[in-house]
Amino acid sequence: MSEFKVVGKAIPRHDAWAKVRGELKYADDFTLPRMLYAKVCRSKYPAAKLISVDINKAKSLKGVKAVLTARDVPRNETVTKFGQSTDVKGGFEGLYRVLAEEGKKIRFVGEPIALVAAETEEIAERACDLIEIKYELLPGVFDPEEAMKPNAYLVGEKDSNIVNEFGCLTGDVEKGFTESEVIIEDRFEIPFIDHAYLEPEAGISWLDDYGTINIRVCSQVIEHFRDVAEVLNLPHNKVRYIGTMIGGGFGGKEDITVESFIALLTLKTKRPVRLVYTREESLMAHCKKHAFIEKYKIGAKKNGKIVALEAYYIGNAGAYTYLTPWVGLYATVSATGPYKIPNVKIKTQMVLTNNIFASAFRGFGANQANIGYESIVDELARKLNMDPLEIRKINCMHTGDALSTTEQVIKTYIALPEAAEKAWEGLGEPAFSKDKNIKIGRGIAIGQMSYGRMTFLRDSSRCYVKLETDGSLIVRSGIPDLGGGQASLLSQIAANELGVTMEKVKVYNTDSMLTPLAGTTTATRQTYMSGNAALKAAKEVRNRILNKAAEVLNVNPDKLDIVSEKVVVKYDKSEYLPLIEAIQACNAAGIELYSEAQFNAPFTGIPDLSNIKGMTFPDFAFGAQAAEVAVDIETGQVKVLKIVSCYDVGKALNPACVEGQMEGGSIQGMGYALCEDYAIEKGIPQAPSLAEYLIPTAVDSPEVKTIMIESGGGLGPYGAKGIGEPSYNNIVPAILNAIYDATGVRIRQLPATAEKIIRDLKKDFFKK
Amino acid sequence: MEEYKIQLTVNDEKISVVAKAEESLLKFLRRNGFTEVKCGCEKGDCGTCTVIMNGKTIKSCITLAIQANGKEILTAKGLEKTKIGQKLQESFVRHGAVQCGFCTAGMLMAAKGYLDTNPEPDKEEIRKAISGNLCRCTGYKKIVEAIYDVAAENYGLEGDINV
Repeated sequence: MSEFKVVGKAIPRHDAWAKVRGELKYADDFTLPRMLYAKVCRSKYPAAKLISVDINKAKSLKGVKAVLTARDVPRNETVTKFGQSTDVKGGFEGLYRVLAEEGKKIRFVGEPIALVAAETEEIAERACDLIEIKYELLPGVFDPEEAMKPNAYLVGEKDSNIVNEFGCLTGDVEKGFTESEVIIEDRFEIPFIDHAYLEPEAGISWLDDYGTINIRVCSQVIEHFRDVAEVLNLPHNKVRYIGTMIGGGFGGKEDITVESFIALLTLKTKRPVRLVYTREESLMAHCKKHAFIEKYKIGAKKNGKIVALEAYYIGNAGAYTYLTPWVGLYATVSATGPYKIPNVKIKTQMVLTNNIFASAFRGFGANQANIGYESIVDELARKLNMDPLEIRKINCMHTGDALSTTEQVIKTYIALPEAAEKAWEGLGEPAFSKDKNIKIGRGIAIGQMSYGRMTFLRDSSRCYVKLETDGSLIVRSGIPDLGGGQASLLSQIAANELGVTMEKVKVYNTDSMLTPLAGTTTATRQTYMSGNAALKAAKEVRNRILNKAAEVLNVNPDKLDIVSEKVVVKYDKSEYLPLIEAIQACNAAGIELYSEAQFNAPFTGIPDLSNIKGMTFPDFAFGAQAAEVAVDIETGQVKVLKIVSCYDVGKALNPACVEGQMEGGSIQGMGYALCEDYAIEKGIPQAPSLAEYLIPTAVDSPEVKTIMIESGGGLGPYGAKGIGEPSYNNIVPAILNAIYDATGVRIRQLPATAEKIIRDLKKDFFKK
Repeated sequence: MEEYKIQLTVNDEKISVVAKAEESLLKFLRRNGFTEVKCGCEKGDCGTCTVIMNGKTIKSCITLAIQANGKEILTAKGLEKTKIGQKLQESFVRHGAVQCGFCTAGMLMAAKGYLDTNPEPDKEEIRKAISGNLCRCTGYKKIVEAIYDVAAENYGLEGDINV
């Protein structure tokens, strides 16, 4: 391995200057000559039978070029995939419809019914209003527990609303509870929440000279070219995705958003078509994070040792399946957290309702589990009159241990209780309040979150690295960059291996046909997967340079390194060959100075879903977060004073980027804990814009302190672990536990609003 | 819709274009190629469309284009022509205050507008000054540090100097 020259340094990303200068083009910043504007006509009702869609008036409006309904969609009923090239059946099919079909059910408010393309945005909007839709209203079902009852209203055409079920059994849970000296049971309710990325969905499509559909879009998954091709009934190679820089995703741009719509309209009109969502449409059109109901039962000895844990999850999937099954699996596997518990029983049921569909969101089911287990473990500590850090130290996993759910043995370093101790200590001196109405409290939570996808998806990533004749480097990768610095990381790795500066590297990325497919920017997988692919490709080119330089310098290649554009003899840097001369020597000898490499994750079979055992993820990141809050007991208002986030990141390849994830994840999680709620009343969303759907502002946010543990034990390049999603884990229960510490109020229904806290504090008053 | 010809200066460039009566300054600017002004919500909630008009920080989505008639507009692309603007850009890059970048152009304008009038703020005041600009990626820490660094360097200076 080469020395760390570029890797491990907090160097600015390759695209940072373009962003501060306002030069970087996002999906909404492209226009094409003769382009049309698209609009989507959507359902006003959450549950209805679609009787008829009359488009005649809309079609005859001047300037309207196309109006499409489900009848115009070659393959309307389709399956959402997220980039996997292997088909996993077994109940994982993420069914949805492109457009609602006449004679069938409408399932949620905002469900797309028809598409319009027109000469201007205003005409397209007017045409949408002219579409005459006849509905037969149906009662619908909105509560997942109601939806599971035997005679419940059926959301779709199947005879049950239950999408699928998962389970994990370890030891004998009944025996475990019999042996327990303390048992606590509780129930938690977690609402739908929104990603609230700043960039609404946008895209533009056009036909090229050969009849290929080109789509320029902000998507986390350019492998959706296959899915759009299937909707259009075209061969896969006739749809091309050109991914733009993404203005935030967090899972919300993981499913197809605007792409099928504009592709259909372009095929029909033969003209470029552009579709940009307003914020209101974005909120009603894209998925939400699954709402969960969780029933927990935990049993322990008086000394704090946990003996048994039972969890039952009901996941509210909303109107269509999408990625619901995978979320259910993540939650099930994560249900015991990083605790060693001998007797475990987990059951998860994912249920359809007439709410907006739920799908991917940073944390992907593991968060919801984390909120449950870290609340109940905290309750256990309180009941036993034990320090919250102490109970975690007594029960947490250590290096070499297995998860208590799947019994997958973790082969890398487990940074527990180390991370918990560091996070707790990181809070420093306790805050003090002179005001008797302001109560200060502290909380902690620990957890694990996978990085990399489920191993039975058989994940891979590819990357191309080329050393140019002038010594500059070209990296080509299909990697979508959603703000984490994913593309920049690849240039950092290539620069490090080939001994050049970052400025010498140009990354060409995110083209489904011209760049090697790198897989999705989801599941905290890119550092691990594409980082390894880039490293593999760069090393191949490096070795060819070293071998050639070894001949010229007449030394063993093992003795050589590339530093500052020189192939140097290690320990004697006076002897060297300029990189440019080594390149020339290779080119003269016909030695290829490029490489396209593929990295494969570990592959496994599909587990028994009723009792998931063995490896389901390549590895996990372990960490802890601690929070200090001030609660006003007269108003119930919570102010978070301090957050400490401590994770084993393996190796921080770019410390500024890793800190950025840890700081951003903490504040996004603070919003989940305190204010974010995509409330839906009988199917009608109550937070139609960012004026109602509140996310943390700079004033609400404390300065997050980050502590990176670099164990070097990760599966990524140079021993890195992924941190994108893990950094969003733990923070919610850490804040809830701090609120309890300050006030004695246990939040069982998120978010922890002032109203809920004051109602609990003044129970007696509200009873009157 | 009625149309008016308006004249304004954007980043030192004089333009004379027709604006629709109901058109927001945001839509007008984007339609005329100033795509660095971003559209995140179109109702004043998110701050991605922040620009400076005659020295005052405004949200261009809730300003009419015709209100900009005869005015001077500064967007992110004009920042490098001002000293504080340059320093802010450099500081954002150095601190890693830019992630997805969609809020960045608006955030820089809010920061620049604030430092022009309040050259010696503390971090709490900076947080208040940018509280109308949402960021979902960074958790704000690096943004606040980046702005604070520029302020600290400029103590004693009043207003900005064009370079």
